[in-house]
Amino acid sequence: MPAALGAAPVRVSFGIAALDPRTRLLGAFAGVLAVALLSSLWVLAAAALGTFALALAAGPGTAALMRRLVHLEGFMLVLLALLPFTVPGTPLFGAPPFVASAEGFARAVQILLKVNACGFLVFALLGGLEPVRIGAAALALKAPERLVQLFLLVVRYGGVLRAEAARLQEAMRARAFAPRASLTWSLHTWRTYGHMLGMVLVRALERAERVSEAMRCRGFSGRLPASAERPALGAADLAFALLLAAAILAAFAAEHLA
Amino acid sequence: MSALLALDGVTVARGGRTVLAGADLQLHAGERLALVGPNGAGKTTLLRTLVGLERPSAGRVVAFGAERRTEVDFGTVRARAQLMFQDPDDQLFCPTVIDDVAFGPLNLGRKRDEAFAAARAVLERLGLVHLADRVTHRLSGGEKRLVCLAALIAMAPDALLLDEPTNDLDEENRARMIDILLRLDAALLLVSHDRDFLERIATRAVLLREGTVRPALVHRHVVTQEEIHIHGLDASHRHAEG
Repeated sequence: MPAALGAAPVRVSFGIAALDPRTRLLGAFAGVLAVALLSSLWVLAAAALGTFALALAAGPGTAALMRRLVHLEGFMLVLLALLPFTVPGTPLFGAPPFVASAEGFARAVQILLKVNACGFLVFALLGGLEPVRIGAAALALKAPERLVQLFLLVVRYGGVLRAEAARLQEAMRARAFAPRASLTWSLHTWRTYGHMLGMVLVRALERAERVSEAMRCRGFSGRLPASAERPALGAADLAFALLLAAAILAAFAAEHLA
Repeated sequence: MSALLALDGVTVARGGRTVLAGADLQLHAGERLALVGPNGAGKTTLLRTLVGLERPSAGRVVAFGAERRTEVDFGTVRARAQLMFQDPDDQLFCPTVIDDVAFGPLNLGRKRDEAFAAARAVLERLGLVHLADRVTHRLSGGEKRLVCLAALIAMAPDALLLDEPTNDLDEENRARMIDILLRLDAALLLVSHDRDFLERIATRAVLLREGTVRPALVHRHVVTQEEIHIHGLDASHRHAEG
């Protein structure tokens, strides 16, 4: 598509990319907290719609958003299927002992809306941030240092461990291992996966020890050096904070009036 | 003159096996010492013992003029003697290259700006400054190793202990590594199976076998033989036989 080439790199958004990571982190926190406190279905539905629009506007494209959502909606399906049957109340359908209640159904929809609204908001605000910058922002906001260290190390070594597990699996396949795809796996398949899992764990433990040793060898004594550059917050940050505060206030007001 | 780092009759056991049995070793200032020996001879254990990651059951570890026993003792040793691990992924734990190179200087108590300036200066000196803002786990194997070296050099160490430093380096990066090491002032202790590398760098060699260290020679014979080399089809040199 030669016509699009010239305009390609600039992505139009509501300017979320221009916000400071600290603003985005705090915004996500405030928004999630507000959504957690809301209970009216209509207000929650509006919140879910609003945050969905925000995620679409800020996110890395609809396809990527949908891919992220698939993980979330799997859990939601289980919830939607189970909750109506486990909350007592006015019977809706079914026969004892499996009766779906209206209250249970309402509760399920409420949770569905809440989780989705929170998910959209987090995708919108934090989805485009490198984990490193999230960690730096959290440190700048005085989050517990240990927690941030843990977060950054998970980010750094998650990939290494995944690659290790993948290599093991390739090596297994290279020696003609094929998991028996019958309903009950063969004992050999179970045992092989057991060995692999054990090996991944042992290696992860040993790697953790070596990483800690390497850190000590460079004089590490339990404190990570402070985070990188910390520019002042800009007008965009202020505007976003005001908008978000207005939206949250409006949501609470609507809930009170309803 | 006394040695920077020395082992004096050191015995170390790992996993119930005696790896070092009364080993003696001295590393002097200005020296580039090759430590060779068969697989599993305990070369890595010896390096780890020098910086206190292994504690001997007998014998003494003497570093920078004092005997070292406790974790606190070795804390001061580690500020001056840097160990390069075999696997660069163990060493590069920071998100970006510049963070990792600045990590050591920050631990030494340097101010943030100073530490980052020093890190950048080291990267520049080693010709790696283009990697400064790269994410460490996305570097190539060779780049990882060179960044590891930069991170150690940023500590301005008196001694560098290198465990298989030329592993997974291509010709170009290997030449670079050699060039960097030859220009350093720090004393080097080199564990490697790369004979050519040792022959070019080492000023002295010792052999670790059956738990003890004895003098050895690394030298080059003039041998006339066919040489295997690989290059692209656009080679700039001509072959005798066309």
